[in-house]
Amino acid sequence: MFPEFGLMALSMAAAISLCLAVVPAVGVRFESTQLMRLADPFAALLFLLILVSYIYLTLSFLQDDFSVLYVVNHSNSQLPWYYKFSAVWGSHEGSMLLWVLVLAAWTLAVSLFSRHLPDNFRALALASQGILTAGFVFFVLLTSNPFERMLPFPAPDGADLNPLLQDIGLIIHPPMLYMGYVGFSVAFSFAIAALILGRFDKAWAEWLRPWTNAAWLFLTLGISLGSWWAYYELGWGGWWFWDPVENASLMPWLLGTALVHSLSVSRTRNLFHSWTILLAIFSFSLSLLGTFLVRSGVLTSVHAFASDPERGAYILMFLLAVTGSALLLYALRMGKIEATEGFAPLSRESSLLFNNLIMTLFALVVLLGTLYPLVIEALGLQSVSVGPPYFNSFLLLLGVPLLLVMGYGQRARWRIDSLSQWLKQTPAPLALSLLVILMLYLLGGYRSPVMLLTIGLAAWLFLHLVADGWQRLQASGARRLMANARWWGMALAHLGLVVTTVGIGYSAHLSDAIDARMAPGDSEEVSGYRFELESFDRQNGPNYVADVATLNVYRGERRVALLQPEKRLYNARGDVMTEAGISAGVYRDLYVSMGEPLENGAWAMRLQVKPMMRWVWGGTLLMALGALVALFDRRQKGQANR
Amino acid sequence: MKKQILLFVPLLMFAALSVFFFEALKLRETRSNSELTSALIDRPFPEFALPGLDNRMHTRDDLVGEVRLVNVWGSWCPSCRDEHPFLEELTRRGVSIVGLNYKDTPDAAIQWLQVFGDIYDFHIQDQSGRLGLDLGVYGAPETFLIDRMGVIRYKRVGVVNEAIWEEQIKPRYLAFGGLLNTPEAP
Repeated sequence: MFPEFGLMALSMAAAISLCLAVVPAVGVRFESTQLMRLADPFAALLFLLILVSYIYLTLSFLQDDFSVLYVVNHSNSQLPWYYKFSAVWGSHEGSMLLWVLVLAAWTLAVSLFSRHLPDNFRALALASQGILTAGFVFFVLLTSNPFERMLPFPAPDGADLNPLLQDIGLIIHPPMLYMGYVGFSVAFSFAIAALILGRFDKAWAEWLRPWTNAAWLFLTLGISLGSWWAYYELGWGGWWFWDPVENASLMPWLLGTALVHSLSVSRTRNLFHSWTILLAIFSFSLSLLGTFLVRSGVLTSVHAFASDPERGAYILMFLLAVTGSALLLYALRMGKIEATEGFAPLSRESSLLFNNLIMTLFALVVLLGTLYPLVIEALGLQSVSVGPPYFNSFLLLLGVPLLLVMGYGQRARWRIDSLSQWLKQTPAPLALSLLVILMLYLLGGYRSPVMLLTIGLAAWLFLHLVADGWQRLQASGARRLMANARWWGMALAHLGLVVTTVGIGYSAHLSDAIDARMAPGDSEEVSGYRFELESFDRQNGPNYVADVATLNVYRGERRVALLQPEKRLYNARGDVMTEAGISAGVYRDLYVSMGEPLENGAWAMRLQVKPMMRWVWGGTLLMALGALVALFDRRQKGQANR
Repeated sequence: MKKQILLFVPLLMFAALSVFFFEALKLRETRSNSELTSALIDRPFPEFALPGLDNRMHTRDDLVGEVRLVNVWGSWCPSCRDEHPFLEELTRRGVSIVGLNYKDTPDAAIQWLQVFGDIYDFHIQDQSGRLGLDLGVYGAPETFLIDRMGVIRYKRVGVVNEAIWEEQIKPRYLAFGGLLNTPEAP
């Protein structure tokens, strides 16, 4: 009966979400505080019902209920329990249920932690959350029911979870990512409430800031986890493929980043309100768009969700209704909330505006690149993909000015900065960055001008950051600087960008790889590391058999690593998976993956040395840490409690 | 007033984008299923190192450089026999076809080729079916179109015949720069 209970709870949730969408809004219309405050019990009940529904689906997995179609297709009695638990979101239906659960959780959080906001504002924001939740609950009920039964003949066993997804990274990656995607719904709802009430000011920006920071934090972690997973699980040694699904997560991240910066202007100066509202609308709309592109089968991707045009049509209609009405509201109401303050061309504001432009442009570039194959197909030409060269060249084109201006912008004053000040601040970092480039050039640790430029820019940004910290230390003393969570948040996030940039610069340009035929006793050398193949063995896992290679890696005479890449054959589906053997280090990763078995007990092996690989994710972790620190901004709390 | 109009710009841009998405979705609905059978379309042909029927080793490098068809076949597969004469016709028109001998024994394969004719540029022996797995092969016959860079551009599950060639494969083959013999003047 579990699946039926789950479906019942979800149906009730659909009804409650409609109540949440309508009742508080009616309360605002008739100025009834009682009706407005009904939003809170509705939000709590909504979360509870969806949680119950979700738990019933999880129980169906844990108990191997092979009368449920979704369980049959994505689980197996041999599957370890923790993968049964995560298999719930291993495919379309269940992951949409998780999406709805996360949306309800954010809604509940808004209801719990925004008690200090004006009643009408809260009521409208929560009603907007109600509309969004209703849209997705009906989507699950109408097109993607995970509780569908195959009665009266249940299957004897399940088809198993896709082995690619049987991995710790995949247990936590989707929930994190959804926390981020869906988190931007709060910014969206706040924007809607602000537009309806025709009120937007510093206080509004202050309320929105922690929510945006939190969503950005989760999205950053989610994307990093996904990239890290692709790196070690897909076995190619790449960590970003400009795949449509990756792009779908990158676009809201870029706009979310712009939103974080735009908000920092809106909260400090009464400015950029138009930008902030638009970015709040589009960050979430792009999350919806990503869902549409991925789930409708309009684009094909390695992530290959079960695609279905009917689902695509639903999400597209929903996207249209949600974004369309938000933009219409914007067009009609924004004229009333125009900001009046001005700023000089040389100021903190102008550099943040520049940041917004770059982020938005790059989001557009990614959108175009992702949609380009569709355009070509719509024109009746053959299917093509633009591929990494397109994205990489734009990343360079937009990244260089971004980093250049960031160095300046971090230290610029609000409102107006003086040219003489700027001239005083620039020479030292400039000279030192050029010195870094020169050193790299002379010591031969480079392979292309692009790499020199990348590392030079990272140094430029880093030096400005250090100089800024030093100046603040001198001006306000260590205690006040330590207590400035807002500055530390910025500094950590920007330091993260420095670290990631260095990681990308090195790993993209200095990595070495060879493909070799190797038998026990053979050795190959890559970038000064000697890979010696010791043996091939056959091992049994819980639901697979594996060929395991054992390699010793030497640098000179010293053994630096023992690597054991695997080629696994999963019993239930007959899928073959490559598990790479990786030795991670601060300065380099050694990466070995097994290709095909050859004759005479040899295998085709791919050996790679990738310098500074960890820095890529180390940097994104720092960015996330920065967002976390910024959540503890005291001024923010002080204002929020008012 | 001018400002008021500017505020509508995002809405209009979004509306244009929406029209495009509806078109894309309609297109997706009309695309036939056989074209969607492989997530490998527009992905590089997987890496491999397998012997040919003459026991020479072949790798992915042998495939790149020319627009080709890779035909998955086996002596155990009756449809492959039906397909064979048309593939022979294609080689006469100048198409390069590589044989992926799938889950077969070399002896049976060589005998089959002696009977029906060896039309392939070279062979890849996939006895264990590992490469087939990487390629997502359902069964034989299947035919992949790969471009000069070794990227899979099309996959046909089932027999290739004149109609399939003309409608599905030939336009792509030519678009990616594949060459055909000029027909002799009558």
